Amino acid sequence: MRYAMAIDTRKCVGCSDCVVACQTENNVPIGYCRDWIVETVAGTYPNVEIELRSERCNHCDNSPCVRCCPTGASHYEEGGIVTVHHNECIGCGACIQSCPYDARYSHPEGYVDKCTFCLHRVEKGQKPACVSVCPTKCMYFGDLDDPNSEVSVVMRNRNHKVLAPEAGTKPHIFYLT
Amino acid sequence: MNIDSKTQRTLNKFIPQLESMSKFGIAFLVILILIFFAGVYALYVQLTEGHIVTGMRDQVVWGLFIVNFIFFIGISYAGALISGILHLLRVPWRSPIIRMAEIITVVSTIIGPTYILLCVGRLDRVHHLLLFGRIQSPITWDVIAITTYLSGSIIFLYLATIRDFALLRDNPVKVARWRNWFYKVLSMGYSETPKQKEILARATDLLSIVIIPLAILVHSVLAWIFGMTLRPGWHSTIFAPYFVVAAVYSGTGVLILAMWVFRKVYKLESYITKIHFNYLGYILVMLGALYGYFTFSEYLTSWYGSIKWDMEVLHRLFDPSDYWWWFFFAAFIGVLLPIIIVTVPRFRNINSIAFASLIAVFALWVKRYLIIIPTLEAPLLPNHDLRPEFIHYSPTWVEWTLTVSGVGMFFLMFFLISKFIPIIPVMKISEEKDYNSLRKKVKERNLRRLMKQVRKSDTVNG
Repeated sequence: MRYAMAIDTRKCVGCSDCVVACQTENNVPIGYCRDWIVETVAGTYPNVEIELRSERCNHCDNSPCVRCCPTGASHYEEGGIVTVHHNECIGCGACIQSCPYDARYSHPEGYVDKCTFCLHRVEKGQKPACVSVCPTKCMYFGDLDDPNSEVSVVMRNRNHKVLAPEAGTKPHIFYLT
Repeated sequence: MNIDSKTQRTLNKFIPQLESMSKFGIAFLVILILIFFAGVYALYVQLTEGHIVTGMRDQVVWGLFIVNFIFFIGISYAGALISGILHLLRVPWRSPIIRMAEIITVVSTIIGPTYILLCVGRLDRVHHLLLFGRIQSPITWDVIAITTYLSGSIIFLYLATIRDFALLRDNPVKVARWRNWFYKVLSMGYSETPKQKEILARATDLLSIVIIPLAILVHSVLAWIFGMTLRPGWHSTIFAPYFVVAAVYSGTGVLILAMWVFRKVYKLESYITKIHFNYLGYILVMLGALYGYFTFSEYLTSWYGSIKWDMEVLHRLFDPSDYWWWFFFAAFIGVLLPIIIVTVPRFRNINSIAFASLIAVFALWVKRYLIIIPTLEAPLLPNHDLRPEFIHYSPTWVEWTLTVSGVGMFFLMFFLISKFIPIIPVMKISEEKDYNSLRKKVKERNLRRLMKQVRKSDTVNG
């Protein structure tokens, strides 16, 4: 089993519903977020192209954050999901520095927090909060090892890319282009 | 043990320093204690209100505390490398300064890691480092390295002081009771028998061999915490040797400053002479040049390669509205000024060498700031809609207070240790030949020979 997410940059309208849903679902403190919208502009006028991406932790196969965690609070869950044990984390910040995606933040309670792919929902067979609220249905979530899962099908049929592939982290958030 | 008259004479000069305190000393002590309590108050504020009272935010999660941590671990090199190497090479002029170097090491290795504790988000869980420590994390390497280094340098200082403890214990002049008790316990029955002496010499040699690679390792590991990440400006192969050289540079600087201060305050002009300042000044120049070379190499490669993210950090460093003047101070003034002051004979005297060291030490602190902050202000993926006001870091009063308090603690501990053990190894000094009087004798002998020749030629001619 290998959970992954595919996000259609052509369908996304950048409404930030995923951000709000995540903050509500996971009780993210005000002023922080586990996912966010990035808008990149390429080209010069009049040939301008905008790409909208909903970004979050990439749940990498080769996570620098899990590697450098001194206590093992950062760890892999079933299905390759990277999460933090909140009650083991000492808040040293090493993982925050090591993440090339800046996906982690320091919680006001002192520990480090990040996207969990809504593990508590996934365990019940539900989709992550961000995926389930997306008004344009631009996010696909599922098991990459299952050839019939939503995410496997959409990735077979579409071009896709990952962020900062040069970091060698083997990320599992794919952007459909 | 038997105390010969020369040792006794030397010791008698040091006893008043240990026992009495001038008005100035008491004022100094009071100020230091006040500074310490200011730090305690700042710590209280930080613990009750959380890290929100510091300037550290989502982007810049490592701030002034980490800068101070690297700085203090850096100056701890004075003892380890300088005194270790000088001891191993049997450098004849090392004796008066070697203990100061060792005390610097111990004190700064105690103060440095406390900044890590201040920086950690959950102080109540620090023991998790030991309970759940994972060996693949550079943080764990650092914990292992620093605890080993601290115990190594404490033992090194202790072994080098044990003869003086024995001397102070057997000293016939009366001292306070608690002092005598401490000296008795700490001297561990050492009484200068030939066997004890041999074992002690061998242990000190062995430890100074061990402490040198250990010191290099500690700062390498510290550099690797940064070097192992993918951050621009950190991810560099030369980071470990770069940190080591910068550390020895600042350590030597602090040693020279300590020598200058103690020479003035404790009137040690006859022990710490111009020779010491000159020789350490030469070492400072050599290290400064090395540090300059590493700095040049580091920034030249990343500028020439011009990777986008590396350039972002470089632009910050070279932008006059951003960090340029600090960078100019740390990388140019901090290297060139000490070199010019020490190498040009006209500028070279005790005070100017101390000033050069002060510049070097300040420059190195700024340099550490420039290693940590601009990198964290330049994220790897530069497209997160990060407005300058989101990412800009400026330390708050809590961080500054704790920084000043740490420096104050350094002075305080140094001051208290100097009130407990002589700042100069008395036994060692009195064993050695008195170079000053020897020089005087040689001068006189030469003069006499010259006179004889003159007289002879007079009689021949006459």
